[in-house]
Amino acid sequence: MPEMEAVKPLLAQFKDERANLIPILQEIQAAFSYLPEEALRRVARKLHVPVTDVYQVATFYRCFSLKPRGRHLVQVCLGTACHVRGGDLVLERTQTETGAGLSGTSPDLEFTVEPVRCLGCCGLAPVMRVDRDTFAHLDQAKVRGIVNRYHPRRKPATVDKIAASPEKVRS
Amino acid sequence: MISTAHRLVNLEDLHQAMRQGRDLLYPSEPKIMIGTATCGLAADAEEVLHAVREEVANSKLPYQVTETGCIGWCSQEPLLDICIPGRPRVTYGRMKPGRAREIVRAIPEVKREWALAMMPGDENTLNGAHVNYCVPHNGHMDGLTAYKDLPLFKRQLRIVLRNCGIINPDNLEEYIARGGYHALWHALRKHTPEEILNEVKRSGLRGRGGAGFPTGVKWQAVRDAQGEPKYVICNADEGDPGAYMDRGVLEGDPHSVLEGMTIGGYAMGAHEGIIYVREEYPLAVMRMKQAIRQAQDAGLLGQSIFDSGFSFEIRVVKGAGAFVCGEETALIRSIEGKVGEPQQRPPYPAQHGLWGKPTCINNVETWANIAVIVQRGGDWFSQIGTAKSKGTKVFSLVGNIENTALIEVPMGTTLAEIVYEIGGGVPNGRACKAVQTGGPSGGCIPADKFDLPVDYDSLNQAGSIMGSGGMIVMDDHTCMVDIAKYFLEFLEDESCGKCFTCRVGTQRLKEIVTRISQGEGKEEDLDLLQDLSWLVREGSLCGLGQTAPNPVLSTLRYFRSEYLAHIRDRRCPAHRCRELITFAIDPVLCNGCGACVQICSGKAILGEKKKPHIITQAQCTKCGACLEMCKFDAVLVH
Repeated sequence: MPEMEAVKPLLAQFKDERANLIPILQEIQAAFSYLPEEALRRVARKLHVPVTDVYQVATFYRCFSLKPRGRHLVQVCLGTACHVRGGDLVLERTQTETGAGLSGTSPDLEFTVEPVRCLGCCGLAPVMRVDRDTFAHLDQAKVRGIVNRYHPRRKPATVDKIAASPEKVRS
Repeated sequence: MISTAHRLVNLEDLHQAMRQGRDLLYPSEPKIMIGTATCGLAADAEEVLHAVREEVANSKLPYQVTETGCIGWCSQEPLLDICIPGRPRVTYGRMKPGRAREIVRAIPEVKREWALAMMPGDENTLNGAHVNYCVPHNGHMDGLTAYKDLPLFKRQLRIVLRNCGIINPDNLEEYIARGGYHALWHALRKHTPEEILNEVKRSGLRGRGGAGFPTGVKWQAVRDAQGEPKYVICNADEGDPGAYMDRGVLEGDPHSVLEGMTIGGYAMGAHEGIIYVREEYPLAVMRMKQAIRQAQDAGLLGQSIFDSGFSFEIRVVKGAGAFVCGEETALIRSIEGKVGEPQQRPPYPAQHGLWGKPTCINNVETWANIAVIVQRGGDWFSQIGTAKSKGTKVFSLVGNIENTALIEVPMGTTLAEIVYEIGGGVPNGRACKAVQTGGPSGGCIPADKFDLPVDYDSLNQAGSIMGSGGMIVMDDHTCMVDIAKYFLEFLEDESCGKCFTCRVGTQRLKEIVTRISQGEGKEEDLDLLQDLSWLVREGSLCGLGQTAPNPVLSTLRYFRSEYLAHIRDRRCPAHRCRELITFAIDPVLCNGCGACVQICSGKAILGEKKKPHIITQAQCTKCGACLEMCKFDAVLVH
């Protein structure tokens, strides 16, 4: 498996200590955008722990994925402040616009859409993060423009990241 | 930027760094500050920063451009401040690159017509010092409101947030210039660990993570516990949705946390500290790591700090996305590389914590209070607040509120003062219905209870908790059944699954509330919710399960009529629960512009151009996008 060659240097950065399990998995997740099964086996061998232990940790924490994720990670905030300002509707719209649907990842592997429990930008709710960019004061109409910006086959529209006018609240 | 080339060993070194920092804080040339915490960046502060840098470079003028943390005025992000020597600091909000360039070009004149507010000087709660930026009443800024007169800031007392939005968080000297690391010097060189511990006890400080356990008592337990080494942990796994005060401190004033932890380590006899930061806060992780490197280079962490013989190290551990890891025993297991399942207490972490050793876990805000307590004394601190809740509390004031903000007020401030005076009430002329405090462990307090003073005990009695400090204001378009459902979905998802009552109980609670929200509920369901809530509370091991029923119980207690409207009348008074509402278009108001057709996800809207449209109910997914889009108020909800 050629891609496993890339795991070696990642593993070499860490001492063989159990406490390093989560940091190692975080590195692999960042490099591959998911945790390949073979990588988990190698981690288990390195740390001298059963593969089941590694699997348990990999499935417990939200930041790990056992399936390949899309090229762009879209995190739609569902914190309380976003919820009362229609965050759930923004999520739904994002799932439709990206084609990710309820499965989480679009068939073309461009987007993975995940609800996230609070990005801590509650003052600008509703918000979402695409890779490292955070977008504020969203409504359903703005979602399409944001998705288009990251979509390889759509014309990027200028997106106003923050609206100057007060947001219209759903009634 | 690490400009300290040498170790700070004695008081003279500290004073030297202080002078360097002052030159940066109050330079002799105009300074432009841009707030670049996560919320500022979300509002495009980076583009503003870039534009300002470019403009300054082009003009070849010696202006300083610096970044700063969040001053808490979230509704006005991105913020830009101009400090011209001898003049008050002037703040501009909702900045755009073009406008920022114009402001820079106008210097030394100040674009007054766009300004939001001015700051004629700054108060420093750490040492009581006051710095005047200008001679008062010199006419420079007549007519522009001073920060201290703004409703948003008038009632605030900023102890924890003392440096946020004032200093550049990337710069150690600016922190020192504001009195930073002086408390550490005093602690290490002038006091015994017992004296520090007694000072913290005397202050009456209680844990700001939510439970409110007296910090001094916890420290004493760790100090007295058998076993070496001892550990000090900063809980920065700020998981409560709607709460971001810890992020504000980590991103805006990272050294205040390091200084507090180091003092704590000295008082408890620990030599290693760990900051556990949630992975959703990448900027906070970066800033903390950088602050640690700066402190190490300056000798403020490491071997024999200030030549006192006391050594201390701190490292950052990044969380992996699990709400339950905010619980202290789960957090410890996560640091150990295991799944974050809470453990039975006792033994408490103070006796049997990380790697089985005595461990003190305090939250970010608690640690940020420590330097002030050491510097000004426990007695000074204990004068602030109420009889049983001392000091201040930081709140994130969010939701349906005019001034969304991060604020810090003395304990005992009433909810009415916070929501109506500081927050400016609910926007769009709507009525305020409730405020939710304490995250998923808390509850909703109705607007007619807003005379309640905010402290640990009053909030408990009202069926909520202080929690970490999220305050989500809800207007009359928020459905309380929907809110209960929201929190139950959250808790069902975040329950670690160890206890049956929590794992299955939250599922069943959610199913019942969902049923009610769909108009399928029965009146007996309300009793069932009460009984089941009791069971979940009594049968669960950790705080997550024990408090999981709070959102249901508090909404049932104060908003029973809303539940009944869903059950008896199959009606959602707030027009929020999808199964109970229908969308329609008013043929008189609709002019056939077609905006709703464009956005409709279900292709449910039909009609010719410039003729009234109609919604086919069978296709309508009730997403409400048409309502958002319509500029003519033609979309109706029943």
